[in-house]
Amino acid sequence: MRVVIAEDVVLLREGLAGLLERFGHTVAAAVGDAPGLLAAVAEHRPDAVVTDVRMPPGFSDEGLRAALELRERDPGLAVLVLSQYVEQTYAAELLDSGAGAGVGYLLKDRVGDVREFVAALDRVAAGGTVVDPEVVRQLLRRRRDPLDRLTAREQEVLGLIAEGRTNASIAKELFVTEAAVAKHIANIFAKLDLPPAADGHRRVLAVLAYLRQG
Amino acid sequence: MLNRTALEALTRRPLPFLGSAWPWRCVAYLVASVVPGAAAGLVAAAVLLLPKPQGVLAGLALLAVIPLPLARFERWRLRLVDGVPLPPAPDRRRRELGLAVMTLLALWWIDLVMVAAVVAGPVLLMLTPVVQPTVAAEPGVAASVVGVLLLPVAAYTVTAWGGGRGAMARAVLAPQRSELSEVLRSRARLVDAFEVERHRIERDLHDGAQQRLVALSMTLGMARLDLPEDSEVSRLIGLAHDEAKQALAELRELIRGVHAPILTDRGLVAAVRDVAGRSPVPVDVALDVPVRLPAPVEVTAYYVVSEALANMAKHSGAARAAVSGRVERGTLVVEVRDDGRGGADPAGGTGLTGLADRLSVVEGRLSLSSPAGGPTLVRVEIPCA
Repeated sequence: MRVVIAEDVVLLREGLAGLLERFGHTVAAAVGDAPGLLAAVAEHRPDAVVTDVRMPPGFSDEGLRAALELRERDPGLAVLVLSQYVEQTYAAELLDSGAGAGVGYLLKDRVGDVREFVAALDRVAAGGTVVDPEVVRQLLRRRRDPLDRLTAREQEVLGLIAEGRTNASIAKELFVTEAAVAKHIANIFAKLDLPPAADGHRRVLAVLAYLRQG
Repeated sequence: MLNRTALEALTRRPLPFLGSAWPWRCVAYLVASVVPGAAAGLVAAAVLLLPKPQGVLAGLALLAVIPLPLARFERWRLRLVDGVPLPPAPDRRRRELGLAVMTLLALWWIDLVMVAAVVAGPVLLMLTPVVQPTVAAEPGVAASVVGVLLLPVAAYTVTAWGGGRGAMARAVLAPQRSELSEVLRSRARLVDAFEVERHRIERDLHDGAQQRLVALSMTLGMARLDLPEDSEVSRLIGLAHDEAKQALAELRELIRGVHAPILTDRGLVAAVRDVAGRSPVPVDVALDVPVRLPAPVEVTAYYVVSEALANMAKHSGAARAAVSGRVERGTLVVEVRDDGRGGADPAGGTGLTGLADRLSVVEGRLSLSSPAGGPTLVRVEIPCA
């Protein structure tokens, strides 16, 4: 997979590039600001973009704005946004772009969990949706009343669904069978009045759309 | 309590007030109006008594000469009813001239009529048997008694007019609220400086420590890839990795407490939504603020909402809360309500007092309704101009 990285801190930029190359990906370009990101994507046509939120020149949310602009031009471009903070506003804006397929919003901390991070990027590149567990946790907490009805295990499964995991991956994570996971998911959707859907990322969107309702 | 002006003295309890020098000082203050009265009389006499052209010329000359010393005199006698030094005014001359003209035209005779009516009235009543020997004994004594009873009333009236008259002179001589607005401005500067400093700390932590910790965590993660999973080194690296991640999480919360980046990036609505989203108690947000407001207004409103929500989560036992807000005629009105047990008391802690202090800097207002048993409503109004 060909990736463009946008991150203004050199240490992290080089680290991310080394990390992705080690897992067999090609880093087409690694840039340090938002205009550079737009130019690099136009030039290299990558499969996926990994970008920081806060970047020069203004050091506010240039990276995120650039990501949204890229998604608007090409809704199929996979974008993984790394943020220093969990901001629901940013997560919501990203998920609203290109119908939420092929996007991810992760806390920067997650790059430390190297394997999970690369797996998340792979899921995003494959058209999946990845939302940081912290965002999900906050949303769960905020809308806790209808979710009180979920068992602890079901909440756990819901969190993993929101991260864009497949049933197989959830089963592996929780040391249960895939059939058990499917049953949990059916229960969750029943309790939340959501019709079950076959597609992985649509599940995430359904859950998040429900959670986002004011 | 020390009374510095006649008006402040009026707020004392009756006996200490009546026993104080203030009524006498006010009488003296008002009686001193005979000086501008004499000046006015001098001008009138010049115009009326001298032959035509010379009289008018003399009157005009007097009018040109009198105001300056008269203003000095007004300034001087103001000390009788107002012990607070006058702050220097940038346009002092013009102000003094204004006061001199006011005094010359109207104030002096109002003062004298006032003091005559209020003081002379009771005194004449008291002296009824003396000044009107023809009156029968009983009504005469009754009138004297009424006169004595009216003296305290006269003291209040004369002090009120003297104090009011002094306040008027002060208002003309010194730009109103000049001291207060300077205090407010310096407080606002202090808060601004504080805010800039918080912003800088946030940036430094973000660009420095936080990024290094992320890089450290990434390096440790990569190192773990190369180690056999069951080795001692791998276990230790794993521990270090967990510590780094923990430090990152703590640092993130710390930075958010110092300054919310989203407030700068996306404004009040997004920042309030975000803080509401992190609240352990579900919070409904209905903020109708379509435009970006001035930074101090946004920062203050955000601060109030986050403090109110934190208090609510800590103390109220509420199951649900709501934040609503809108801009009404140039004033941002934000309300935070919950269904908790109420009983919030500004005297109880520094939280609410801190909010009120913070609001006073932007000339905002805080009102709190929190009866025991709830619900609690915190309402703030911040002018956006």
